[in-house]
Amino acid sequence: SSLMSLHLHFTAAVMTLISFFFFLSQEKQYVGFATLPNQVHRKSVKKGFDFTLMVAGESGMGKSTLVNSLFLTDLYKDRKLLNAEERINQTVEIIKHTVDIEEKGVKLKLTIVDTPGFGDACLEDWKPITDYIDQQFEQYFRDESGLNRKNIQDNRVHCCLYFIPPFGHGLRPVDVEFMKALHEKVNIIPLIAKADCLTPNEIKKLKDRIREEIDKFGIKVYQFPECDSDEDEEFKQLDKELKECTPFAVIGSNTVVEARGQRVRGRLYPWGIVEVENQSHCDFVKLRNMLIRSHMHDLKDVTCDVHYENYRAQCIQEMTSKLAQDNRMESPIPILPLSTPDVDTEKLIKMKDEELKRMQEMLNKMQQQMHEKDQ
Amino acid sequence: AIIILGRPKHLRPLSLAGHVGFDSLPDQLVNKSICQGFCFNILCIGETGIGKSTLMDTLFNTNFENFESSHFEPQVKLRAQTYDLQESNVRLRLTVVNTVGFGDQMNKQESYQPVVDYIDRQFESYLQEELKIKRSLHNYHDSRVHACLYFISPSGHSLKSLDLVTMKKLDSKVNIIPVIAKADTISKSELHKFKIKIMSELVSNGVQIYQFPLDDETVAKVNTTMNGHLPFAVVGSTEEVCVGNKMVKARQYPWGVVQVENENHCDFVKLREMLICVNMEDLREQTHTRHYELYRRCKLEEMGFKDTDPECKPVSLQQTYEAKRQEFLVELQKREDEMRQMFVQRVKEKEAELKEAERELQSRFEQLKRLHADEKAALEEKKRLLDEDQSSFSKRRAAAQLLQAQSLTANGKKDKDRKK
Repeated sequence: SSLMSLHLHFTAAVMTLISFFFFLSQEKQYVGFATLPNQVHRKSVKKGFDFTLMVAGESGMGKSTLVNSLFLTDLYKDRKLLNAEERINQTVEIIKHTVDIEEKGVKLKLTIVDTPGFGDACLEDWKPITDYIDQQFEQYFRDESGLNRKNIQDNRVHCCLYFIPPFGHGLRPVDVEFMKALHEKVNIIPLIAKADCLTPNEIKKLKDRIREEIDKFGIKVYQFPECDSDEDEEFKQLDKELKECTPFAVIGSNTVVEARGQRVRGRLYPWGIVEVENQSHCDFVKLRNMLIRSHMHDLKDVTCDVHYENYRAQCIQEMTSKLAQDNRMESPIPILPLSTPDVDTEKLIKMKDEELKRMQEMLNKMQQQMHEKDQ
Repeated sequence: AIIILGRPKHLRPLSLAGHVGFDSLPDQLVNKSICQGFCFNILCIGETGIGKSTLMDTLFNTNFENFESSHFEPQVKLRAQTYDLQESNVRLRLTVVNTVGFGDQMNKQESYQPVVDYIDRQFESYLQEELKIKRSLHNYHDSRVHACLYFISPSGHSLKSLDLVTMKKLDSKVNIIPVIAKADTISKSELHKFKIKIMSELVSNGVQIYQFPLDDETVAKVNTTMNGHLPFAVVGSTEEVCVGNKMVKARQYPWGVVQVENENHCDFVKLREMLICVNMEDLREQTHTRHYELYRRCKLEEMGFKDTDPECKPVSLQQTYEAKRQEFLVELQKREDEMRQMFVQRVKEKEAELKEAERELQSRFEQLKRLHADEKAALEEKKRLLDEDQSSFSKRRAAAQLLQAQSLTANGKKDKDRKK
């Protein structure tokens, strides 16, 4: 079931093994830097990891349940759910849950950013969400530009799971607009929520429809990176299947039920038991493998190298254009100086200089002529 | 409103009900690093001929392009060469920087400067990239010096003053790993005393050399042991000698064979293990988080930036910008005025110059005119005189002619009278 992550484990293990083999053997061509991956591994385990996941979607789409299922824990003890009346003028709130989890010696500081209120009020408004994402970028930008950078906290949002209701025919205007507002700020992974109300055919139709609409509306959702060309065929096939399966249709559960002689997370219905981790029931396992076991680091990288860099570049350009308007070129935060100050005045001076030079030359010529006359 | 649950100071740990799978995170990171490849930059400082290039060849089991340097370099120079190496599936971009002519000059007081300048230039290059608007740090070829091997001459007594001066200048900029070069000229007992003397001199002069890190339990033990063997006494050789039934890297002497990889003979294996196999990544990390950050902080402070006071509320970027903008508006107004003044001054000067030139020309013109007039007058005088002469001459001629004519007629009359 988690072939992909197994493959990853296997490759990494083999690589470290090869390095170790070289390390131990007294090979003729031995230098020893093949242990570098192992050194990197060791240091990263010591340092620990962090990840920020945002979940967005209407109330009742199963977001909290899914998060609990993904991380096999209960982050949402004692929360209060509002009724419809209370939600009419509800504004979108941002609630952060930060927890420390550890597995096989690997420490992860996980932050889940909830967005209760989204899609609930009669008037759609997600400004608090885009503002929150921008604020994390701004804080990181400020920290990164400071003089003392010893303890920068990275609170940037690495991924946003967006829950699409399964009850319609495809994307609704709010889905399109929201995703477009976010797609250049964060990695969006759209999900079809509560997929246990759709038959396999219906799911396929809905997925095709949504993929089509994502293309049509130019929404840039998170793209899985391309497979390495030297990966084996099986891995490539898996990767292809994964990509064709998006958007993932998910089901979550907080309860454990007995199915086929085992205790599994599932939902009990009169007509049967839906198993969360059964790949023929839903794509939960694919999502978990992708999000956690194989692409978590890539999600972070894309956030840092693409979304954050875009934000930063834009921020600086806005600042410098303001400065340019006043004809000043200095900046409050360290950036490269753009050009020498007062370009216009310099040009004027240069012109005058040349004029003077010309006049000087003329005078010299006249002097010379008089000299010659003398002789 | 942002509500934060799970106080950031002491995060609440949660227990997991099963295998989630994020324990693959280190592997994900490793895979990415291997795809990207690694990079490492070593700087070797030492006198000419002390064996820097040979040691590099021996360490990396290859033949870098080397040529003998002359002892007569007027200044210390640095030569950097970059190579792409591969071991198993790990690619390494290695840059080896050697000093050329170090210790050869008569005046060695500024010998450290080119080295410091080189290291700073690499930091500056990285800083420039970091400050760009459109930057690509993950693609950037990092040229910052990660390790500095300082080659100590095997005098057997102590460090030279040049060594101390140089290392003192470098210890806050780079990870220094001192090595005793050509250690096959020192006996075991001498070596022991030499090492102690060197370390005590370094300590008493406050030189911070690189300490192998002790914070990671996995390697703390081996690093502690190795820290006690510093500085490593090394011997380099790319030649092979047959010992027993194997070919080993060695130096053949009439009295025996010094085997490079024999831990009884020298510390080469220790150096290789520490520098490459165990701590290469830590060297890179220290360079980035300590030495580079220090450089950056100093550079930015020089440029006039300061951090906000941690006591007061963190000011928004917008506010900082507005405040600085006002400050700089004033500053630049001043500079603009200065420039304008300077411009006006320059124009005045040029004007004065031109006026002066004009005056000069005028006076020369006057002078020439006078000369001309004088000459003309002189000429006219001459002409007048000439004319006078001429007229008096013609008058005399006329008079003479008249006389002649008269005398002719007078003579003719006389003749007539006689004839009668």
